[in-house]
Formats: sequence, structure tokens, C-alpha cells
Amino acid sequence: MGNQALKERTSTSKISDQTKRENELNSNANHEFNNKDGNKKMMDKVMIFQAIKESFLKLDPRTMVKNPIMFVVEIGFFITLILSFAPQAFGNSGVEPWFNITVTLILLFTVLFANFAEALAEGRGKAQASSLKQSKKEIMANVVRPNGKIEKLPSAHLRKGDIVIVSQGEMIPGDGEVIEGLASVDESAITGESAPVVKETGGDFNSVTGGTRVVSDEIKVRMTSNPGESFLDRMISLVEGAERQKTPNEIALNTVLTSLTLIFMIVVVTLPFFTKYLGFQLEIPVLIALLVCLIPTTIGGLLSAIGIAGMDRVTQFNVIAMSGKAVEAAGDINTIILDKTGTITFGNRMASDFIPVGDVKNEELSYWTVLSSLKDETPEGRSVIELLKQRGAKIDKKLAESGAFIEFKAETRMSGMDLADGRQVRKGAVEAIKSWVKSQGGQIPVDLDEETNAISKEGGTPLAVAVDNQICGLIYLKDTVKPGMKERFEQLRKMGIKTVMCTGDNPLTAATIAKEAGVDEFIAECKPEDKIDVIKYEQKQGKLVAMTGDGTNDAPALAQADVGLAMNSGTTAAKEAANMVDLDSDPTKIIEVVSIGKQLLMTRGALTTFSIANDIAKYFAIIPAMFMLAIPQMDVLNIMRLDSPLSAILSALIFNAVIIPLLIPLAMKGVTYKPMSSNALLRRNLTIFGLGGVLVPFIGIKMIDILVALFV
Amino acid sequence: MFTTILSIIITLLAAALLAKPMGIYLAKAFDYHVTSLDKVYGPIENVFYKMGGIKKENQSWKQYALSLVLANAFMIVLVYLIFRLQGILPLNPSGIAGMDPALAFNTAISFMTNTNLQHYSGESGLSYFSQMIGILFMMFAAPGTALAVAIAFVRGLSGKTIGNFYVDLIRAITRVLLPISFATAIIFIALGVPQTLEPTITAQTIDGAEQSIARGPVGSFLSIKELGNNGGGFFGVNSAHPFENPNALSNFIQILLMLLLPTAMPFTYGRMAGNAKQGRILFVSMAMIFVVFLGITLTHEFQGNPDLNAMGVQHDQGSMEGKEVRFGTGQSALYSVVTTASETGAVNTMHDTMTPIGGMLVLSNMLLNTVFGGVGAGFINVIMYAMIAVFLSGLMVGRTPEFLGKKIEGKEMKLIAVTMLMHPLLILGASSIALFSPLGTDAISNSGFHGISQVVYEYTSSAANNGSGFEGLGDATPFWNISTGIVMYLGRFFGLVTMLAVAGSLAAKKLVPETVGTFRTDTSLFGTILIGTIFIVGALTFFPTLVLGPVAEYLTMQAGGI
Repeated sequence: MGNQALKERTSTSKISDQTKRENELNSNANHEFNNKDGNKKMMDKVMIFQAIKESFLKLDPRTMVKNPIMFVVEIGFFITLILSFAPQAFGNSGVEPWFNITVTLILLFTVLFANFAEALAEGRGKAQASSLKQSKKEIMANVVRPNGKIEKLPSAHLRKGDIVIVSQGEMIPGDGEVIEGLASVDESAITGESAPVVKETGGDFNSVTGGTRVVSDEIKVRMTSNPGESFLDRMISLVEGAERQKTPNEIALNTVLTSLTLIFMIVVVTLPFFTKYLGFQLEIPVLIALLVCLIPTTIGGLLSAIGIAGMDRVTQFNVIAMSGKAVEAAGDINTIILDKTGTITFGNRMASDFIPVGDVKNEELSYWTVLSSLKDETPEGRSVIELLKQRGAKIDKKLAESGAFIEFKAETRMSGMDLADGRQVRKGAVEAIKSWVKSQGGQIPVDLDEETNAISKEGGTPLAVAVDNQICGLIYLKDTVKPGMKERFEQLRKMGIKTVMCTGDNPLTAATIAKEAGVDEFIAECKPEDKIDVIKYEQKQGKLVAMTGDGTNDAPALAQADVGLAMNSGTTAAKEAANMVDLDSDPTKIIEVVSIGKQLLMTRGALTTFSIANDIAKYFAIIPAMFMLAIPQMDVLNIMRLDSPLSAILSALIFNAVIIPLLIPLAMKGVTYKPMSSNALLRRNLTIFGLGGVLVPFIGIKMIDILVALFV
Repeated sequence: MFTTILSIIITLLAAALLAKPMGIYLAKAFDYHVTSLDKVYGPIENVFYKMGGIKKENQSWKQYALSLVLANAFMIVLVYLIFRLQGILPLNPSGIAGMDPALAFNTAISFMTNTNLQHYSGESGLSYFSQMIGILFMMFAAPGTALAVAIAFVRGLSGKTIGNFYVDLIRAITRVLLPISFATAIIFIALGVPQTLEPTITAQTIDGAEQSIARGPVGSFLSIKELGNNGGGFFGVNSAHPFENPNALSNFIQILLMLLLPTAMPFTYGRMAGNAKQGRILFVSMAMIFVVFLGITLTHEFQGNPDLNAMGVQHDQGSMEGKEVRFGTGQSALYSVVTTASETGAVNTMHDTMTPIGGMLVLSNMLLNTVFGGVGAGFINVIMYAMIAVFLSGLMVGRTPEFLGKKIEGKEMKLIAVTMLMHPLLILGASSIALFSPLGTDAISNSGFHGISQVVYEYTSSAANNGSGFEGLGDATPFWNISTGIVMYLGRFFGLVTMLAVAGSLAAKKLVPETVGTFRTDTSLFGTILIGTIFIVGALTFFPTLVLGPVAEYLTMQAGGI
């Protein structure tokens, strides 16, 4: 099993974190928002300060024009600014200067708040990028020249095709492929995961990333990228948002919002003609206030922040999305194709039986198995002890105290213990144990191969246990469905997503696991080419398909899928083909990515609805105030009983401005998403954001009016 | 009072019962597969196809839209010439002179856009030739056009090919409009509506004075006027005239005819899209708005004018000003709400004299233009709002919005956005020009808030292709003729073309399969959201205007301020 086991070990330790991660998603906890860590708080302060600075810089009309809604507000601001200094600039006006100035200030803050939201979201991406940049230090590389000489060169001078040697303790100078050797590599700089990963030449685990450290052994690496084009470089620019483009859905929503803005402009621009006919004049600052209140500034101000924050949430799950489009597509997924091993099951890991070989007794096997595994903290080791306990074997911890634990090594492919009395207990891959025993002159029991094959045939993995030169028996490691998978597939079903399990197992084993895990469909004896057929078949029916993969032979399928999530541990080809890369190499994360995609769209929809629903209350504040002087009976429409026409207008305008920063946390965190049927979800969101959007401003404007009335 | 309410309920129930069978018939009539109807109508239609050199082949949405615009432009020019030259054309026993250019421009567009805004008086402004060849021809062609486009639109939505404009137009006339209007014309004639080519007769009244009594081929005119949601009266006072609406039964049939095609469309759609429930939800949503509007209108009309009530005028009958005694307040209010909901524009009472709130609701029917709406065009408008509703609610469930399994994306939203913009731009833009310029204000007969209502009503009626007038507006001037002409033209064809483009775009898209995660559009929840969207968008757009017009009038009237 070798590196396979190691690799899986890395991902398992995170599976225990899975619950934690789910909690994070459900409560939408945000690292920065919830972090009590003092250091982080400091960073937050810096970031907020930076965002404030940015929000002023973004006032530049050339930047503002990209956001038509806020641009309208800014134009309004310029007009009232002129009126503040020259009240009669656009004809006769009876407005007092303080009113013009107040409106000007509120409008300025409205724009600033919107800019702040965007800057803050961008800033968080930048902060992440800068932490990534730190791992991009200058590294001295040992370059092997064609003549065989080794030359020391800074990593910046490395070119594609160069061959370098990286030994224990050294940093890998750039992205590349292992062409010779085998080593465990610490990728924590990129993945945040401390357990090392085995990289070896050939196969699917030959790609290494620049900035990661070799912790054992030595490898020869051929560089696959030039400086500045590496995976890390691409990640940094993605996270920084430098390549951010508007997504299709964002464009569609922007069209609707712009159209609403134009409608309200028509309404406001034509209004003075109506009142002029009735014989009274509407003041320009009042009209601007009405326009700004009506156009959907709330969503207009938060829209890009929602998009950036959505990408950011994906990043915080240690998944790098190559585009916002991919995240959006994730929300629309109909089918998810998952590998069985490592995704749905632990991958041949949990002990399910002990089989003695030769003339060894059961009790004897148990005794040595305990010793081999007592200090083994890997899931396999723990599962062995767990099973022995279940079977009533007495476990005496003292047994192990005197011994020295021998750790698993990629080279030896076994672990065990050297006892105080000199005896050696080993547990590991059958072949490795066989040669170990042979090297000590031991005999191989005749029934060992037979039992080994029997286990393999059933889809299990055998581990041999030996003491000195005697093989005692086998541990039957069986594929086990990860805890909680059934519930997650149930959730997916509620979301309307079909799960397809792909496995190399025979149909019988596959069916057992499929049933146990609760997936909707499975493909047994699946070859990588089969996956692409499944994807094409589903897509033909108009479905959007997501899949995870890590091997080079997964690459075509990853490219074909609408959402392809590649594992960072996988090959470069897989990562290039996918539109998302999971730095933790945890394939189950695709489920979270789907949730985040949905959450992103929902947040946009919810805040748009809220923004539009708010207009009702604003109308009831401003319309009576506008007309009350000329038509006193309009007071009937002042249902909030606002203090005076001026305070009513200012209150509505202030509400319109302050609602933006108040909603920044929601825009950043996203609307809470729990898997449920779309109708239930809609009913819930409509109640909160639709009905809430109608009622909240009535209360808010009234409260602000009470305060404003003290001054006006 | 009780019998009035009962008669209204019976009328509406009858209309509701007719909607579904009619809807299914429409779906069949436009089905390109061979149906039993082909045997009946096929031979006649083939004559038309041969005459027009029409090849029965599928068009792209662009070809369909081009055929629509060109055919209509041709008809407008043709009819314009007829009006101008009617003085020298035959069938002019009363010797009516040619129309002036601005009025002919307005009238030709008015009838071709199914608006039938009449800035002339039928009995004195048009020759029989103009009435029969010009007006009557367009009264078939205009609703036929809209019906054809609506069917093509639904075909596109449900992923079928768009169809052929000329085939659809001819089918709309031969299979729907002609047979029904022929049958009902006979009923109207039996009920006492005149049908003659004799000129106006002169009668001697009891006290010896001479009275000219206009008459003509009213019966054939009347049935298509109502069925095709045309609404232009043969006589100037429309269906308030005893020859054009002699009694309660003719009134009842007219209401049924006005509602027949608009209420049938949702069911046609449900049938064609293969989702009957979806059609039913749309029908119920529209019916609910209709009933609420009717309820409020009735309440206010029955309450009457507080000023008159205060003077001690007997008001058991409600506000009878401007209403015909043979219909009373209830049937008049019902007729007003029906004619504006269905964008027909026929009137049996003068809307100008309705109470402010009653007037506001008939105005609102046209501002929203989605409470059933005119034949074909109204339904397309409803679907447009449905798409906006789907877009917002789709986002709220975290999916790219889908409608009938097709994704609604940037391209469709752009088209919908400009369509949505057109209605307020036409109404508010044109109204401000009219209110700003003496050319417009001179026509207003009541100044103040009511004047605003008059102007806004005129342009809303034009933009929504309703055609009823608030009356009281002296609109027979070149300014009004030309401005309303432009508003009618854009109000009609802009939306038809853009929405055909939407249908074309959706038809080309891949069908997304339905899952539990799909937001369903055939639920009562969606109906509620649709109503909400219509109201919020409509109300937000026109709230200030309504406040300055009818609401201000109402409030000042309540305060005794007029």
C-alpha cells in the first residue's frame, strides 16, 4: 500500500475536521469575523483602515462608472455639492443651505459605504494573497546540468525543463514533476495541512509545488513552469482578485438593476413636469433624494462585495476557484460524480477481521497485533485496537511501554515495535513483511498467499503481522463508508442533486458500498474513460455535472465536467484541466463548494429583494413630504407620522445610506443556507427578505426620524 | 344591490367557465400537426395561402418579427390612404369628406395596434367604405397579429420552432375571430343592434324638431370590436349608445366576448407547454388581481361623490354621473374594469366621471397591463413579469433561474429590461411633454389633479393599446393625434419584437431537467410572487403619478376641498 496509505492518512486527519468545517459553513462563521486571536484582530484593523482609504480612492468617477447605480448617486452628490455653495445654480430655490449640505454629506457617505464594502471584500482577498506570497521566498536550487555537474542557482533563474535535486529539509524551488526518487513532502505552506505527502516518480503523485519542503529522502525534479507562471503565482493573482471578471449571473442581475434605475430616473425626471402643471415646484435636492432612495443602492452597493466574498469563502475552505463562474456553476449542479475510494469510503482502511496463518492461534495473533498497533496512531492502527477491544481481547498498555515504536516509512512500508527483550514486531504490506521475514531467515506459511488473495478478491486490503522471523497472520482491512456520508448524500438529495459513485470494485462490492453510503447510482469496474462518458451522458440531458479527480487520466473528465475539482496532491494535468483545486485534497469538499455556490446566488437574490421591497416605505416617507406644502391633504399618506417634510426626506436618505454598512456582514457571510426543497427555501427567504424588506424600513425610518427631529 | 352583485358574479363565472375550453381550442387551432380543424378550415386557408403566395415554412424569430412589422406597416399605409381618400371612394352615402393627415395617421395606427383610440366620431367621421374595409379589416388583422405572436412566443418558450407568421395570422382570423364574431353578430342583431348600409335617417321628433339618427352595419362591427379587444365604437359614445349596446343581455355578451381570448391564453399556454397547472396558476393570479380591483372600484362607485352626497342628492344608486340608467352603477363599473383589464377600450360609461379611486383602478389596469391584458399582447406581458419573478426567486433558492426548464440569463434579461422600460417611458415621458406644453394643456377640460388623470389616462390607454378615453380631453388636435400615434405604435410593436427575441433565444437553449432543487413555477407560491412582482414594479413606477392625479383628487374631495 505504501504511499497510498500515507496519502490517505493525510486526508483522513482532515476528515475528523469535517464536522468542524460543516459547522463553519452552516453558521457561516467567518474566519476574520469570529477570530478572537489578537494577531488577526490587528490584521483586521489594518484591513479596515486600508478599506477606508480605498473607498475614497474609488470615488474617482472613472472607477464609479463601472457601477451604474452608485454612479447615479455620485452624480447626485456632485449636483447637491454645487447647490451647497451656489443654491441658485440651477434656477430659483427656496431650500436652506444646511439642507443641501446635509443631503450632500449623506450622499457622499452612501457612495463611501458602498465603496467600503467592495474594498473590504477585496482587502480580505489581498490579505490571503500576501500570506501566500510569504511562502514564495527566494530558494537556492541545486540544478543538475546536462554534464552531470550540480550548480546552485536562485529559483528565479530556473526555467521550464531544468532538473533540480531536492534533499531532506530543502524547499522545492518551483512547480515540477518528480523524475527520480521518492520523498515525503510537507505542503503545509500551501494547504495548511501538516502531515507530509509522499511524492514519487511516475503515477499520479509525481507533481510537486514550489515552496513546499521535502521532509524525508531525496528527489530529482524537472521544472514544469517558468518563474511567475507557477501554481502559486496563479493562486496569488486569483485570490487577489486581479483577474476577477463579472460572472454571467452578475451581468444578468446588473441588467435588471440598471433597468430599475432607469425606470426610477424616468419617474423622477418627469415628476417636476406634473407638479409644474399643478402650480408648484419641486426642489432639486429633494428630487435627488427621492431618486437615490428609489434606485436599488443597497444591492448596487453590495453586489461586487457579494461576488468577491463568495470567491473568498471558497478560498477559506482551502479551495481555489479559477473563476467566479465556476463557483456559480457549482450552485446549479445536478449530478456529482464521486470516486468511492478516499471520497465515500476511507479506502481499505478499517480492520474488520484477523486471520491467523500457519499454526498460529487466534490468541497469539491478537497478542502480537496489539503490540504492533498499540502506539500506531494512524486510523488503521486505531481501528485494529478498536476491533480487538470489541472482540474482548484484553489490552495491556504496559506491554508497549518498554518498547520503541518504529514509524511507518514510505521505503519500508511497515511499522511496528522493537520490544525491550529484543524481539521485533512488525505490521505492514504483505510483500514488505514477507521480505522482512525472509531476510531474517524465516519461513513463509503456506496458507499466507491463499488468505491474502481471498481478502483482495473481496475488495479488502490485507496487512501482515510478524514477530521476528515468523508471520502470525493477517489483518483484514475493509473499505468503510465514512461517518456522516449517508446524511450528506441525503442533504444532496434534498437539494435535488444526484450522486454517482465510481469504483473499480466488482459490481457486488460496489452495490454493497453504494447501498451503505446511500448514493443514487454507481458505476462498478469503472475506468477513467467511463467517467467522461457518464459526464457527457448527463450533460446531454441538460444537467450540470461536478466531479473530483486527481490523476492524469482524470484530466479529460475534469475538463468536461462543469465543475471539476482537482486535488492539490494530484498531477499537474488534473489541476490544469479542473476549474477548482482543493488544497487539502479532500474530495468531499465538492459538497461544500455546491453550498457556497448556492449561497452566493441566494445572497444576491435576497439583498435584491430586500432592496426593492425597501422602496415602499421610502415612498411613504418622501412622497407625502414632497407634496405636503402644496397639497396639505397629503398628510394622510404620512402613515409613519414623520416629524416634518424635511426630517422625513433626510430620514429616508439616512436609512438608505446606513443600511449598506449594516448589511456588509451579511453580504460577506452570505445568507444562511440549509439544504431543503427549493419551495421551502424560497418561502423562508421571501419571508425574511421580502416581508422583512417591506417592514424594516418603516421601523428604521421612523426611528431615524425621531433622532433627526431633534435637530431639524 | 344584492341582485347587482349576483349579476356580476354570474357574469364572471360564465367568463371563467368559457376560458379553459377556449384555451384548449386555441392550442388546437394553431397546432401544426394535422388536426380535425384542418378539414373544416384547410380549404379556405389554402385559398389565402395561394393568393398571398405564402409558403408554410418555419421562420426564425427574426423572420417572424420582420414579417410582423412589415405586414403591419403595409396595412397601416393602406388604411391611411383609404381614410385620406374616403371622400372619393365608394360606399359613402352620407358624403363624408377625407380625413386630415394627422387624424388619419392616428386612426390608422390606432386600429392596427389594436388600440382603437378614436379621435374622430365614427358616425360622422368615416364613410361606410372606411368603416368596413379600413376599420373592420384592421379589427380582424390587429388582434389576429397579436394572437399569432403570442402563439409563436409560447412555442418558443416551450422549445418548439417559432412557426410562420402568415400561417398563424390567417389561422387566427379563419379559425378564431371570424367564426365567433359571425355567430355573436347574429345574436347582437337579434337583440336589436342595427345592420344596414342605408344612410343616416332623419326623424321628426314629437315636438316637431328634425333629428338625424346615425346607423349602419353595427352588428358585424360590434362582435369583433369586443372579441378582438379592439374597443373602437361604431358610434362616438361607444357601447353607451343604445344601438351599440341595447340591453342588459347585450351588455353581458359583450363582457364575455372581451374576456374570452385574454382569459383563454393562460390555458392555451398550459396546453402548449405541456403543463396545465402552470397555465392555471397564471389564470388564477390574474383573476385575483382582477377581483380585487373590481371590488374596490365597485365600493367607491357605490359610495358616490361625498360632495354630492353632502348636498343631499339621492345616492342609493351610487355615483350615477356619466353612467347609463339601463346598466346602473354595478354593471357600468364591471364593464369599465373588464374593458381596461382586457385592454379592449369599449366603454358603456364615461370613465372621466368615475369616482377618483374607481378611475384610478381602471387606469391601474392599463398601467400594469397584466391583468389578463389584451388578446395575445397582454399575455406576453404577463410572461415577461413571470420571468422577472422567476429571476428574483430563482436567485433566492440559489440557482440560475429557469423558466420552463430554460435558463434565464443575461441576454434574456437585457431584452426584458428594455421592454419593461418602454411602458413607463412612453406614459410618463409623453405625459410630461403634454403637461409642459400648451399644445397639451389646452386640451384639458378640468384643471388640477383631474387634468393630470386625463392626460395620463390618454397616454396609458395608448401605450397599453387599450383605446378607451378618459374623455373630457379635447384630443382631436395634431399634437394629440401624432403623439398618441407614436406612443401606440411603440407600445405595441416594441414589446412584441423584443419578447419574440426572448422566445427565440429560449427556444435555442438546452432544456434543464427538473429536480427537487428546481424552483417550480406551477405552484401557488409562484402565483403569489408573480402578483407581488407585478405590484411592486408597477406600483413603484407609477405611485407618484397616481398620487398627484387620482389620489390627490380623492384626498382633497374627502376633505371637501374641490
